[in-house]
Amino acid sequence: MRKLLLLVLFVAVTMVTYAGGYRVSVQGQRAMAMGHTGVAVVNSAELVFFNPAGLVYLESKLNVSVGASGIFTDVIFQNEELGISAETDNSVGTPISLYASYQVTEWMSVGLGVYTPYGSEVTWPTDWAGSQLVNNIDLAAIYVQPVVSFKLSDHFSIGGGPIFVTGSVNFNRNATRTTTDIDGNRSNITVDDSGVTNWGWSIGAMVNLTEDLHLGFSYRSEIILESEDGEATFANFPNSPAAPANGTTSFRAELPLPAELTVGLSYEYKKWLFAFDFNRQYWDVYESLDITFGNGETSLNPRNYKNSSVYRFGLQYQATEKIALRAGYYHDETPVQPGFFAPETPRNDSDGFSGGLSFAVTPKLAIDASFFYLRFEEIDASYDFGSGSTGAQETFGGTYKSSAFAPGLGLTYKM
Amino acid sequence: MIKKNIKYLAVLALGLIACEPEFDNPIEDAGTYSSGEADFSNYVALGNSLTAGFADGALYITGQENSFPNILSTRFAFAGGGEFTQPLMADNVGGFADNTNDFPPRLVLAFDAQGDAAPRPFAGTPTTSVANNLAGSFNNMGIPGARVYHLVSEAAGYGDPARLATDQANPYYVRFASSPNAAVIDDAVAQNPTFFSLWIGNNDILGYATSGGIGVDHNETGNLVPSTYSGNDITNNLVFAGAYTELVTKLTADNTEGVLLNLPDVTSLPFFTTVPYNPIPLDEMTAQGTNMAYAAYNGGLQQAVSLGALTAEEAAKRTINFFAGQNAVVILDENLTDLGAINAAFSMLPQIRQATPNDLLVLTSSGVIGTLADPSDPTSVLGVGVPLDDQFVLTPEEQTSVESARLSYNATIEALATANNLAFYDVAADLSQAANGGIAFDGGVITSQFVTGGGFSLDGVHPTPRGHALVTNGILDAIEATYGASLPRVNVADYGTITLSNEVN
Repeated sequence: MRKLLLLVLFVAVTMVTYAGGYRVSVQGQRAMAMGHTGVAVVNSAELVFFNPAGLVYLESKLNVSVGASGIFTDVIFQNEELGISAETDNSVGTPISLYASYQVTEWMSVGLGVYTPYGSEVTWPTDWAGSQLVNNIDLAAIYVQPVVSFKLSDHFSIGGGPIFVTGSVNFNRNATRTTTDIDGNRSNITVDDSGVTNWGWSIGAMVNLTEDLHLGFSYRSEIILESEDGEATFANFPNSPAAPANGTTSFRAELPLPAELTVGLSYEYKKWLFAFDFNRQYWDVYESLDITFGNGETSLNPRNYKNSSVYRFGLQYQATEKIALRAGYYHDETPVQPGFFAPETPRNDSDGFSGGLSFAVTPKLAIDASFFYLRFEEIDASYDFGSGSTGAQETFGGTYKSSAFAPGLGLTYKM
Repeated sequence: MIKKNIKYLAVLALGLIACEPEFDNPIEDAGTYSSGEADFSNYVALGNSLTAGFADGALYITGQENSFPNILSTRFAFAGGGEFTQPLMADNVGGFADNTNDFPPRLVLAFDAQGDAAPRPFAGTPTTSVANNLAGSFNNMGIPGARVYHLVSEAAGYGDPARLATDQANPYYVRFASSPNAAVIDDAVAQNPTFFSLWIGNNDILGYATSGGIGVDHNETGNLVPSTYSGNDITNNLVFAGAYTELVTKLTADNTEGVLLNLPDVTSLPFFTTVPYNPIPLDEMTAQGTNMAYAAYNGGLQQAVSLGALTAEEAAKRTINFFAGQNAVVILDENLTDLGAINAAFSMLPQIRQATPNDLLVLTSSGVIGTLADPSDPTSVLGVGVPLDDQFVLTPEEQTSVESARLSYNATIEALATANNLAFYDVAADLSQAANGGIAFDGGVITSQFVTGGGFSLDGVHPTPRGHALVTNGILDAIEATYGASLPRVNVADYGTITLSNEVN
């Protein structure tokens, strides 16, 4: 049996995986190791994110889970007809998660979570072939969420709480495929904003059909980040009344952080725990990325995302008293529709494979380790809704292939 | 326990290695593209301003970087192409610091307070000096202003700085000639090219055409001595064929492969098609007043007819008539009967007529039409009260001279391509298509429309980077057809057009 698990782990790192839109599903080391399942897993304070309803069923009074992963992503692009190729040079993404819960009474627990479910960091070579769409983008959103969890019976609980979001964005791209100043330097625009805040909420429910079989449900609301106080920098535009002036101006833009519905189950059998989560992500809110600049310029970028689903499977094996081994698989559908494949979020369908373990240093403290590996199928795709200097529709496309690998470490404390 | 951990570490390490994405068929792999029977390892481009990347009336760095040979070299690089060097100018202003009168800065598109755009000279100061020989050979040997006979061995000294003062040398060649006595073709052959492009001959007709035909057509004079030609003349067809043959013979001496380009029709160039023949708006009263001023001339024509000095047909052609609306300009036309020479009594009847749709007004005429020949005389409006000079109009007779020379040159070029198994690109056909309907690309259409068409720079003769990209793709088609090569194209949409700037003089 142990050999089988090793085989699963091995297969995990040699096969293929993906992630949709700018959602970064790394919200807990234990869950991540199990394919990021957890809506029906009563295991640790990671439930603050996965399903606050479950917190009240945790055995310990105080539960703390902290963790961080380093995401190494890489995207390559080529177009054989035009002989162009490029590779991203992304810095390491570092999603974090901090969770704590405290059982106030037999029937109520409270909790607090800080996590980063949305983000994107893509850096293409400056002035590369698709630079009119993106040179680089760095998008981050930090969620801070207090939750409360009520046990209505031994079989049913609910939970939820408000979410406070603070987000930041830095996005640079060239104005068009060709506009330059007199010396041939490409005209480009950078938008930069941070401290963009808004509120949302989440709610969850858990049903314990038996001691070993749990059903979970959670829903996290959509949150629209409205950037109004940021700064846009226009650079290398020609010195002409027909071109925007160089320098800084204000801008307004909206970026949706879509709602997510999760239903799932978990089943314990002796030393084994099996979990299944189904995520539905409501990406259809991301219709267009429209930026209105203080100098009167606008940038309209149709996105037309569709709702997408993720199917997650996780497995845990309590190998010894101190060691729990985990593995997972998930299939992540892209929200990007054909013709809307923009290199700022070059995502197609993917399969994710994860693994990890927990080592209990003491009965109270455990070290959690996880990794996941995503290697996208190569895809011929294009973004067909670019707007040229004359307003005509333009296409940019070719073959893309992405991959991501993310090792992570965490600590779980309970007492 | 430890053993187990080692296994996990191995799994992690494997994951890290497998993380790098890789295409099934990376274009960097050998075999994706091929040079076919050609060898692109040392490509030398020979020609004139078109090869050099001259645009907007000047040679400057970004124009050179977007010259078709330089773009082509980026394609060759996918199939064995080597480094491609160019005699880059010192700046993006263009022009020569030593002689800003004859070699002024580039044109840029400037907007006035009313929002109207027009090409104006860029306000930068040229820093390129003719005196500074770049010492070394360059793959791009495009020499702005060169005619076919300037490139041959007999034209040695075309890069001699001492001969600049007498206009016998070319400052662009002076910058990189291997010695004052070098000849362009010898400098090219000395580089041992494995592949070449040759696009030459445009200036052999354009000098005449852009100057409105004030020069001499040496197919009429039969003059076969190019050293006696002026810059406004048409090169004799035999001179062209002889010089061109020498160039091809020397370039192919080692069975070197190459591509030849033919010469476009002048009506493909916005320089000749932008200014309409009837740019004069008049109201009824002004039209009548102007007609009165021409009454004596019109009457004189009829007299000449009655005396048999003029055909009724020519008199009708020459009769000046203005009306309310858009009117044709009055032009000098030396092909009209010189009545004064026939009969002194008619010396008051100049060789003038109104333009017709068959006349081509050159781009530079737009700067003079409607201005006063004599600032103190309000009736001396050029094109109305005072005829436009010959230099501003290419008349049908002059067009015929240009076109017949061009057809002869092109026949020579194509025949030499065939005889030497060279690739041949009918660029004339593509530029004609651009001028008549346009050529579509992703996100637009390239036309020959001045300023807005995307194909031609602000001098109305030389291509934009986008035009060069179009030419590059055409050459690639020809090379693939002839040599069985397989190379990536360029996306013409990635190449710019004209440059905006209000930093103008």
